[in-house]
Amino acid sequence: MLYREVGQFKASYAADQAIFPIRQDRWLMLGALAVAYFVIPATGSEYWLLTIMVPFLVYALAALGLNLLTGYAGQVSLGTGGFMAVGAFATYKLTTVFPGLNIVLALVLAGIIAALVGVLFGFPSLRIKGFYLAVATLASQFFLIWMFNKFPWFYNYSASGVISAPPRALFGQIYVTGAEADPRAKYLFVLTVVVLLALAAKGLVRGRIGRAWMAIRDMDVAAEIIGIRPLRTKLLAFALSSFYCGIAGAMWAFIYTSAVEASAFEIDRSFQILFMIIIGGLGSILGSFLGAGFIVLLPIFLDNAPRLAGLELPVNLVTNLQTMIFGALIIFFLIIEPNGLARLWVIGKEKLRLWPFPH
Amino acid sequence: MRRIGEPILTADQITLAFGGITALNGISIEIRRHEILAIIGPNGAGKTSMLNVINGFYHPQAGTITWKGETRRRMRPYYAAAAGISRTFQNVALFRGMTTLDNVMTGRLLRMHRNFLWQAIYFGPAEREELAHRAYAERIIDFLEIQAIRKTPVGRLPYGLQKRVELGRALAMEPELLLLDEPMAGMNVEEKEDMCRFILDINDEFGTTIALIEHDMGVVMDISDRVVVLDYGRKIADGPPDEVRASPEVIAAYLGEPHQREDHAAPQHTAAAQRG
Amino acid sequence: MWDNPEFVLEVVIGGLLSGIMYSLVALGFVLIFKASGVFNFAQGTMVLFAALTFVGLIERGLPIWMAFVIAVVVMILLAVAVERLMLRSLVNQEQIILFMATIGLAFFLDGFGQLVWGGDVHPLDIGIPKAPLIIGGVLVNEFDLVAAIVAGSLVAALALFFQRTAIGRALRAVADDHQAAQSVGIPLPTIWVIVWSVAGVVGLVAGIMWGSNLGVQFSLSLVALKALPVLMLGGFTSVPGAIVGGLIVGVGEKLAEVFWGPAFGGAIEDWFAYALALVFLLFRPQGLFGERIIERV
Repeated sequence: MLYREVGQFKASYAADQAIFPIRQDRWLMLGALAVAYFVIPATGSEYWLLTIMVPFLVYALAALGLNLLTGYAGQVSLGTGGFMAVGAFATYKLTTVFPGLNIVLALVLAGIIAALVGVLFGFPSLRIKGFYLAVATLASQFFLIWMFNKFPWFYNYSASGVISAPPRALFGQIYVTGAEADPRAKYLFVLTVVVLLALAAKGLVRGRIGRAWMAIRDMDVAAEIIGIRPLRTKLLAFALSSFYCGIAGAMWAFIYTSAVEASAFEIDRSFQILFMIIIGGLGSILGSFLGAGFIVLLPIFLDNAPRLAGLELPVNLVTNLQTMIFGALIIFFLIIEPNGLARLWVIGKEKLRLWPFPH
Repeated sequence: MRRIGEPILTADQITLAFGGITALNGISIEIRRHEILAIIGPNGAGKTSMLNVINGFYHPQAGTITWKGETRRRMRPYYAAAAGISRTFQNVALFRGMTTLDNVMTGRLLRMHRNFLWQAIYFGPAEREELAHRAYAERIIDFLEIQAIRKTPVGRLPYGLQKRVELGRALAMEPELLLLDEPMAGMNVEEKEDMCRFILDINDEFGTTIALIEHDMGVVMDISDRVVVLDYGRKIADGPPDEVRASPEVIAAYLGEPHQREDHAAPQHTAAAQRG
Repeated sequence: MWDNPEFVLEVVIGGLLSGIMYSLVALGFVLIFKASGVFNFAQGTMVLFAALTFVGLIERGLPIWMAFVIAVVVMILLAVAVERLMLRSLVNQEQIILFMATIGLAFFLDGFGQLVWGGDVHPLDIGIPKAPLIIGGVLVNEFDLVAAIVAGSLVAALALFFQRTAIGRALRAVADDHQAAQSVGIPLPTIWVIVWSVAGVVGLVAGIMWGSNLGVQFSLSLVALKALPVLMLGGFTSVPGAIVGGLIVGVGEKLAEVFWGPAFGGAIEDWFAYALALVFLLFRPQGLFGERIIERV
């Protein structure tokens, strides 16, 4: 009953095409943005901002990127970590070689570099499909990580091999990276980047490009008949997806961990992001966020649950139990809702239409 | 009334073989502007293969295809689509993850050009383009009377409606030549009548040339201007419906030769065959 | 370098032998993929789990043969559990969902194995000789030879099993078309239990072999990642493909490391197998022996 759409008629196609055609959805989203921009920075602790919100947003961005490629365009990729690494290292090189370069510009350029690398590794997708393609993307994953570890040029010949992200400021005063940065500045910066890119992603998927991707995903043979050019469409997916993942990787290194290291982007990272979009919902922008939230919060929950229940267990046992529970939860989740949290959200809204009435 | 014009597509001496099987054996077909051409024949005669060659899915070993004056040895699907040929499939090749509206909109993709940067911003040129094409798609949806299922994912639709949506997608491409592969298959009488009406209207209102593969003889006789009959990869008849129906080769192909038997059954059998 | 043919031969033979080991792991994948269409990412963890069970029992004093038998039983029980709890509930889902479920399974088995047997390295010695041999002027490791013979026999046994027995025929039917197989009365769940059990036993053998070489530890599950290029090359659905693919990858890797490694600063084994498989795939998108994916309209 709360969610009744009665009286909301769409008098134009433009209104029908809106992102949130239902008024309640619009309020909900505006409310969420208001909370994100005003409430959280004001009330959140440093821990909350830096170890929960920032990584959640960065993960959500990477998940968004992967969802464009795998969820919308149907090209299964296990190379997400590699493209994130490209973004991180590209930003590092850009900021160290051009110290005066604005951080936003550095991020965009790094994204473009990641996009180009994505296109390069996307070429096989014209001939290779399905799981063969997924395994082929592992080639890019392993190669890129090996490359970043192997050639000292990438980490500026630093003797210790550990490089920290240089501090950069916006508007001259407000540091968003480096030790001096205020957690709230970091958080708001990441939030803004992610919100803008999510809006752009939504624009892409509800227009002709999204349809072309979904056509390729659903039946690429028939897509050719419509006049879609498979190679171009797939490469665009790889490019845009890598752009998003590259920026996510750059923000991971520069804002979240303040360190640029290839080991942060190994194959487990790729699987982690893939988990996020499967659990969140393939082919859904909202799903990318929901999945990221789930995967970020779950370990924290599993970490704290024994303590909350009053049990004191040895660390080893807890770690192994966590791994087991994580695995079991994934399977369980896939069984009850393979279309992910986004679908559960839609079902929930349908039920809300009637609530509190039974039918 | 439309006037049937010059040939718009000519397939000349097409030979198509897969391994040891010759699907098409030196077939020449001509499709004339504004006509409705029916391609019929027993199963395995090569009808779908012929459409696939015209479309560019299959590349013939010999022969040429002339479309609007340009002759080429092989078509390419992309080129066919861009040049004004669209088609539907026997097994309904719809994009199951998308809604009816989205599927019809994919037919407009060739005409949508705004690059991805505008798409990302959405508001502005990309939105205007999107809305203009949406208007066109909605006219097609109105024409085919599928407004009610506009937002339904096509995977959930019954077979008959799926076929209609697929027709809508093909129409969205504003084709000059529409190839329909068994558009009435699996439909009941009412649905067939609707489909016939749509096909005739498309031919009438938009002037689209239509070539359809069809098994229902009633439909074929009713709506087509000309009938081409294929059998084992050869063309065995080509002409107006009545002429084709009475042709002995066609009857033999469909019903077989009458047996030479000593009893009374034989003459009746032959007579029935000749009545068609 | 080419002027030392014995060395090259040694490298090649070494590659062939290590390739057979990859084939063993890849074989487990192929069995499951063929019969249930599931890309079993947990294969590597199954190898580890089986090996852990085996070595754990030996460490507790059981004789080798008994440990082996019990380990086999454990893998069969695991197959039953997987079919009951996971496969049955995900029957009509898309392949990627099943794939993700096997990743979940991998996590679960990983934690479970370490919970029960501990996370240390368990050295494994079941008496396989490790002395270097000189055959015809070429240096060969006795261990590698034994491993190759074991693997080869196992593959031959499996090939016979598939081709000659009734169950083998049923498995091939299921691999071809689930619904058709069901309609002739082949019980899908039973077939799946059989297939996962066989894959589990293959994993056990692979685990014992690899474990004898490297010790039984967590990194054993990463061996699965090495098997993936083998699958790409040979085709996901082909038993001979797993063998041939393994040999090609094994030899290719070794040769590349020896001859090109120094130019790249070493350790190109990380990704070379994948690059090699990728090149092959560009010419044959379904792998050397895989089934052609024919799209019908």
